[in-house]
Amino acid sequence: MKVDEETTLGERDADFSAVDKARVVEALARVLPAGALMYEAEDLHPYECDGLAAYRALPLVVALPTTEAQVVAVLKACSALGVPVVARGAGTGLSGGALPHTQGVLLSLARFNRILDLDPHARTAVVQPGVRNLAISEAAAAHGLYYAPDPSSQIACSIGGNVAENAGGVHCLKYGLTVHNLMRVRAVTIDGDVVEFGNHALDAPGYDLLALMTGSEGMLAVVTEVTVRLTPKPQLAQCVLAAFDDVIRAGDAVAAIIAAGIIPAGLEMMDQAATAAVEQFVHAGYPLDAKAILLCESDGTPEEVAEEIARVRAVLEQSGATEIRVSRDEAERMRFWAGRKAAFPAAGRISPDYYCMDGTIPRKRLGEMLTAIQDMETRYALRCINVFHAGDGNLHPLILFDANQEGELHRAEAFGAEILELSVTLGGTITGEHGVGIEKINQMCSQFTRPELHQFFRVKAAFDAAGLLNPGKAIPTLNRCAEYGRMHVKDGHLPYPDLPRF
Amino acid sequence: MSELVSAWVEKIRHAAGSATPLRIEGGGSKRFLGRTVDADVLDVAGNTGIVSYEPTELVVTVRGGTPLAELEGVLAGQNQFLAFEPPHFGPRATVAGCIAAGLSGPRRATVGAVRDFVLGVKIIDGRGEIMSFGGQVMKNVAGYDVSRLVAGSLGTLGIILEVSLKVLPRPFAERTIRFSCSESEAIRRLNEWGGQPLPLSASAWADDTLTLRLSGAWAAVDAACVRLGGEAVDADVAAAFWVGLREQQSGFFNADDSLPLCRLAVPSVAPPLALGGEQLIEWGGAQRWLRTDAPLERIRTRAAELGGHATLFRGGDRSGDVFTPLDTAVLAIHRRMKAAFDPAGIFNPGRLYQGI
Repeated sequence: MKVDEETTLGERDADFSAVDKARVVEALARVLPAGALMYEAEDLHPYECDGLAAYRALPLVVALPTTEAQVVAVLKACSALGVPVVARGAGTGLSGGALPHTQGVLLSLARFNRILDLDPHARTAVVQPGVRNLAISEAAAAHGLYYAPDPSSQIACSIGGNVAENAGGVHCLKYGLTVHNLMRVRAVTIDGDVVEFGNHALDAPGYDLLALMTGSEGMLAVVTEVTVRLTPKPQLAQCVLAAFDDVIRAGDAVAAIIAAGIIPAGLEMMDQAATAAVEQFVHAGYPLDAKAILLCESDGTPEEVAEEIARVRAVLEQSGATEIRVSRDEAERMRFWAGRKAAFPAAGRISPDYYCMDGTIPRKRLGEMLTAIQDMETRYALRCINVFHAGDGNLHPLILFDANQEGELHRAEAFGAEILELSVTLGGTITGEHGVGIEKINQMCSQFTRPELHQFFRVKAAFDAAGLLNPGKAIPTLNRCAEYGRMHVKDGHLPYPDLPRF
Repeated sequence: MSELVSAWVEKIRHAAGSATPLRIEGGGSKRFLGRTVDADVLDVAGNTGIVSYEPTELVVTVRGGTPLAELEGVLAGQNQFLAFEPPHFGPRATVAGCIAAGLSGPRRATVGAVRDFVLGVKIIDGRGEIMSFGGQVMKNVAGYDVSRLVAGSLGTLGIILEVSLKVLPRPFAERTIRFSCSESEAIRRLNEWGGQPLPLSASAWADDTLTLRLSGAWAAVDAACVRLGGEAVDADVAAAFWVGLREQQSGFFNADDSLPLCRLAVPSVAPPLALGGEQLIEWGGAQRWLRTDAPLERIRTRAAELGGHATLFRGGDRSGDVFTPLDTAVLAIHRRMKAAFDPAGIFNPGRLYQGI
């Protein structure tokens, strides 16, 4: 056998058909208190999917521990019985990362919902994984601090899930992703060892396993405690709305802002179709004749913001903006953002179904991508509206379709797959912030070579040799890649339709 | 694949086959770091050049052997820089060495560390396999974040052929101010200021003097100077001061080097160490350099008590535990991770920990 053909245990398509539900229930009942274990079908249904509702599966059982000792006991029991474990936070993920395993335990961390410590002087918060993202900022607000990463689902998503997905948001060009704002993660391995990665200093000895854990989609260990860094709240934020009569020109304006040495707090783009869709929904006052609009936010001290806004305005004027509006007060700033934040619900309003993509591309390739998407709209006979985290190249095309129309679902799937494949071809990635989960697992085969996929399995095996944590997610087996021809995904119906998604 | 890289691949396969250890070296500027490795040198300085640089994408992809100074020169031409301000520790310092060492400079506390700016790497692993992880874009959650794992791994996981880094525009304005204050007063003030929206970009305390650097928009820097007071430091003097600090060439670092230099990474709010000796405090209180005759064990105990860790940075016994020993379970993960990348254990064995 050649060295690169070695396989680790977790890499083989695992067969868990021998798992015996009665034995699992018995083992877990011994370590969990009453009310923390569910195994009747009607109790399992609420857990059958996460935010990617097209994929559904009932777990064997749901465990709802309240203490770390219980998590240790559950994992030890599962390890001993060879039972898969899927950890779940708030269940708002968009890539099916928390999709249950039909032969496994769904381990919900929802009851780990306490903020354990908030130290305003040290600017840190120690929280349990089930704490909502926004709850941290709310608790820190009294001290003039906040937790910077703000994924759109922040009112509902949990910090444990944010760690698992390396969640982003609209402000990450300036303030970073989850990985840049974590100090320490405490976790339990599948063997039941309690481990800590990072600390309350700025680095830790040894390999950077904190970075590795971040975005690992529940494949390496189960998070039981997180320390996040808190950031001083900017005194003021102001937003510039600029209209362009050409999408490429808008893209060039983004590059010009960066070239001028400006790192805005947020930099978002919407194409005309997206603007039209949201305008009839939220009446943000967007110019409907523009081919693209940019939203550029500046934050800091009032003096700093004034200086930066002047600079941004000058660049936008030179870049051929047809209209520039600067928010005059907080209400107007919120109105500028309201449309952008309503893009997903607006798509759901103008179309029976839509499918959200998450590729990231180098910004300079935006024109090529948008031209290609236009061509795809014709070929697949489906409409697509585009919203774009322009500052960091993260594109969210929303493919509109009607699942009740014969063939539309299939065409939407193919359309989405082609966008992801093109993202890779253009030098980007299949997922910027939503994760691979189950949704994009086939496209991983396009982005990575065989040796790289092998290496991912070896990395996993360093934590979870038996491959019991979230099997079948994030990293495709080579068999799967061999079988992969086209992506086969169902419609992208979002549960929690009221949650902003952007 | 260049001829040079193919030759390395051959050499690595051969070394793996015969379990012959290799000491990976670029410019040799950070040879003093970590534990002693007794092995033949694999010189990786020859793999040079900038692969791509798009100032408006804020990303540069560069070959590992490229001199750090050359990269910084190219970035400066576009008014951009490596915001983590890596120390060079010598004119031959390479980009791969900078990533592998994982050392960040004065700006670390406010902008982030080396690993925060690593977007992707291309490596050769211990099997001689060339692999790429991450990419050239800011947001990328496809696959495990191997590129950040490689940062700071001291060459024990693979040879860095290429790295993609996020770069930032240079701040429009920069000013340095100085205050006289005690150690505990400096720690208190630094943490207070850290919790306010001030454009802090570096701090250093030694000899009852606290030096602060402010960077950002002119308006913000000027307003902060007025608010904070202190004594203004001339721009040229200030620039030399921060480079001297980064390169450990001035003041505190030039003093008596008969004692080993320890680096303590602690929570920024940690009280004075009270370990005796001479001290310099950086990173808003989170990095404390110490020269003392106190035994390493005592320093480690104190660091642990404060919630941090201590490294024997320069001098002392380089064959012992230079880095703070790991907990059993975490050490086991390290061992398996090392084996995952370098099953024959040929890359810089023992540089980080014995057996790794």
